[in-house]
Amino acid sequence: MPQSAEKILDHAPLFREPEYRQMLAGKKLNFECPHPDQIVADQGEFTKTWAYREKNLARQALVINPAKACQPLGAVFAAAGFERTMSFVHGSQGCVAYYRSHLSRHFKEPASAVSSSMTEDAAVFGGLKNLVDGLANTYQLYDPKMIAVSTTCMAEVIGDDLHSFIENAKDEKSVPRDFDVPFAHTPAFVGSHVDGYDGMLKGILEHFWKGQERTETKGTINLIPGFDGFCVGNNRELKRLLDMMGVSYTFIQDASDQFDTPSDGEYRMYDGGTKIEEVRGALDAEATLSLQHYNTRKTLDYCGQVGQATASFHYPLGVQATDELLMKVSALSGKEIPEAIRLERGRLVDAMADSQSWLHGKKYAIYGDPDFVYAMARFVMETGGEPTHCLATNGSSAWQAELQELLDASPFGMDAQVWAGKDLWALRSLLFTEPVDLLIGNSYGKYLERDTGTPLIRLTFPIFDRHHHHRFALMGYQGGLRVLTTILDKIFDKLDRETSQTGVTDYSYDLTR
Amino acid sequence: MSLEYENDGALHAKLIEEVLSQYPDKAAKRRKKHLSVAKSGDQAGGENEILSECDVKSNIKSIPGVMTIRGCAYAGSKGVVWGPVKDMVHISHGPVGCGQYSWSQRRNYYVGTTGIDTFGTMQFTSDFQEKDIVFGGDKKLEQIIDEIELLFPLNNGITVQSECPIGLIGDDTEAVSRKKAKEYEKTIVPVRCEGFRGVSQSLGHHIANDSIRDWVFDKKDVDFEAGAYDVNVIGDYNIGGDAWASRILLEEIGLRVVGNWSGDATLAEIERAPKAKLNLIHCYRSMNYICRHMEEKYGVAWMEYNFFGPSQIETSLRKIAKHFGPEIEEKVEKVIAKYRPLVDAVISKYRPRLEGNTVMLYVGGLRPRHVITAYEDLGMIIVGTGYEFAHNDDYQRTGHYAKNGTLIYDDVTGYELEKFIEGVRPNLVGSGIKEKYPVQKMGIPFRQMHSWDYSGPYHGYDGFAIFARDVDLAINNPVWGLYQAPWKQSPSRGQAMAAE
Repeated sequence: MPQSAEKILDHAPLFREPEYRQMLAGKKLNFECPHPDQIVADQGEFTKTWAYREKNLARQALVINPAKACQPLGAVFAAAGFERTMSFVHGSQGCVAYYRSHLSRHFKEPASAVSSSMTEDAAVFGGLKNLVDGLANTYQLYDPKMIAVSTTCMAEVIGDDLHSFIENAKDEKSVPRDFDVPFAHTPAFVGSHVDGYDGMLKGILEHFWKGQERTETKGTINLIPGFDGFCVGNNRELKRLLDMMGVSYTFIQDASDQFDTPSDGEYRMYDGGTKIEEVRGALDAEATLSLQHYNTRKTLDYCGQVGQATASFHYPLGVQATDELLMKVSALSGKEIPEAIRLERGRLVDAMADSQSWLHGKKYAIYGDPDFVYAMARFVMETGGEPTHCLATNGSSAWQAELQELLDASPFGMDAQVWAGKDLWALRSLLFTEPVDLLIGNSYGKYLERDTGTPLIRLTFPIFDRHHHHRFALMGYQGGLRVLTTILDKIFDKLDRETSQTGVTDYSYDLTR
Repeated sequence: MSLEYENDGALHAKLIEEVLSQYPDKAAKRRKKHLSVAKSGDQAGGENEILSECDVKSNIKSIPGVMTIRGCAYAGSKGVVWGPVKDMVHISHGPVGCGQYSWSQRRNYYVGTTGIDTFGTMQFTSDFQEKDIVFGGDKKLEQIIDEIELLFPLNNGITVQSECPIGLIGDDTEAVSRKKAKEYEKTIVPVRCEGFRGVSQSLGHHIANDSIRDWVFDKKDVDFEAGAYDVNVIGDYNIGGDAWASRILLEEIGLRVVGNWSGDATLAEIERAPKAKLNLIHCYRSMNYICRHMEEKYGVAWMEYNFFGPSQIETSLRKIAKHFGPEIEEKVEKVIAKYRPLVDAVISKYRPRLEGNTVMLYVGGLRPRHVITAYEDLGMIIVGTGYEFAHNDDYQRTGHYAKNGTLIYDDVTGYELEKFIEGVRPNLVGSGIKEKYPVQKMGIPFRQMHSWDYSGPYHGYDGFAIFARDVDLAINNPVWGLYQAPWKQSPSRGQAMAAE
């Protein structure tokens, strides 16, 4: 009997005990009707070949292990960045359960959102009644300052019109006439979560800015972060830098407090976020900067239309990308970059110089959202690494071209390949046929790590199986230091593991590296 | 080892009144039917004793805008019933999200070579684009099946799990499945589990059960001779290895488990099931439909059982043995005796640390009732319980477990659950990931009772030890004592009174 009260074994050791191994072997033999082991082994080997890779990359219809989610997730995340805002997703209710779970599993935090709970009858007659009743209930129960409405694909397929539905709901006094109910149509069958973010953000800005007089305040800046699982660490770091510079700015869509509430006995359904008054005031800013270009294309177009100067970045981290952001902010605000920030920069460069011998020539596969992949490729090249595979399932041809240009400009990008629209099963073939030293991605990459032996560094959303990484910044010079350290730890841990066999490889098991 | 206690029904009734007062009238009227306090029932003794009546309305539509915790039919089919069948490829047919959010989240453990002969922790999606919505996705589905056959030739079958748009745009996944099944001589099962169908996960279970009946049973010559002690385990999804911790007991008492539905299952285990002698059903809610069908069509009897906690395990083992006669009954007594020292040791280690602690539950399927006795075996008190997607027959069955005065809440809303927890201040809440963090912020220990909070198994004797340890580590962790900053701590009640 393997279990005892003194030493309680949970699943990992328990099922390795002989009683269970024997039982599972018997199950397989007598009841599962499996394929012969040799056939399974042969097919396993075949999937590592170039021949399999060609078939795998030629896929036209089937998508396997994609690195993207659907639009409404981005909309729910976007809404979480505003003061006392409840996400209301119009359509089937199961979707909302999924978004909430997905966000909670990553942030280890509450994630609130409601649904209009449409069912079969609403599919036939439309979901107007659900929206009218739903807004009234949400308004009364959850005491929001704003309700941000987005849609599931069900509502999109049947063609529900949010604008007229919300007007109707206000006519029926679900919420007061002047209560803020911005909205965005967020079809799951178009784009990905980054587009849902874009749509919801544009919806919110339009709601507050449309028809308003703009009086430009010179030197003021809006900052939009984009969909970012590291918003907790990143937003705080960026605000610190801007405060050091003395810039007058509005951080539009700041979920850093919402997804990092303290434990002190009080459950805060809402915390932090951009204040509604700040959103209104942000119309007058001279410029709006997006930290993630491919998350904010429509939003930035809109900011341009209202007369603001715009600029966008690709998840600025590391040396040069942070330089560019700060210089842009400095140019727009007229504020100098203080000496203290120059010293921070110097400290990051110092750390990179200290460690350069361990990083030079290392090959990487990087996947994630388009801006993140661009940022990582750039930083990796700053350390002398080679981004061999750069993959974004939700990357467009424009992204591919832009990233290719970056890679072409550096000798470290010579052998790099950009994979727009490909999924993680495709990446599996790439890693087998053209292996790399390190894989940068999210928790889903653990299956690639297991299959191909490529060490995984978790640096982007979602991270379910490691805790608290998102509480630390990746952006800016400080963030660069964090990324650098994370990569180095992975390299050193692997080296130690590979040299730890006494009597065999103990000679390389160095105390100082 | 039934624990005698009664809950504070008056407090619970007051809490219900308070939450209802906050709703708009229309919503209050609808929600009222879902909330109740368990009342003393028929006190007749014996096996079928009913402790209370848990009379609430259930399995009706959630109210819009109130933050229901429920999922959808797709979650019930792909996430629960079909997803764990490990040697089949399950296509999430429609846009990318549903498959993405449910990818690898239910911890249905299995053994196999993932990506080669086993596909459990993978996400296969047709990733619908606008053109698929406009022109239909049937051609794409055909191509997807071709690509699966090319890249994963060792799959033993495919299911097509329809997402919302499929039913709305009028695709004929049945025709595609039929055509491709013929072409590849494989089992291909279309499942009409569009998320807008029904009111919760529950209809998805039913639809998935029906698809087994219609697309798997009697479709092949099954070459299998059943023995006299062959059983199926139905409705055990092997979360954290639950089904394995159960199977080891069933084998020890002399039974052969032909099929485990559907944790760690292969298609062969589903196909052979009608040949077994008895269906042992754990999650009644999600798989009673197919048991009733197997009884009707193949004469396979079915029996509910409960492998949470030693009291229920013993009762269940004896009940199962009775069905098979003296030979098995004798073995059952030996098995119970064999594990008794483990049970005694676990209880004597943990009961003193947990005695009298109160628990509120809010889960799905079978757990809001099935786990009650496991807590009671540790001396704990269940003050409230409720289901996400139960039907009337689940609440009837709950009466066998819940004590008088227990707070009962069906399809609870985020608002209600928060207020109930605030009002009751239990020592532990057992619910899901969406509830975990709000509860912990309030300073109340929490265990996820869907995923076992990444632990498990909780079934069987081996699982009970883990369960006891987990409950203890949740409640008795020092972090709960650190919530108040010392410079903000108000004087304790005792001090305040002394000062008066």
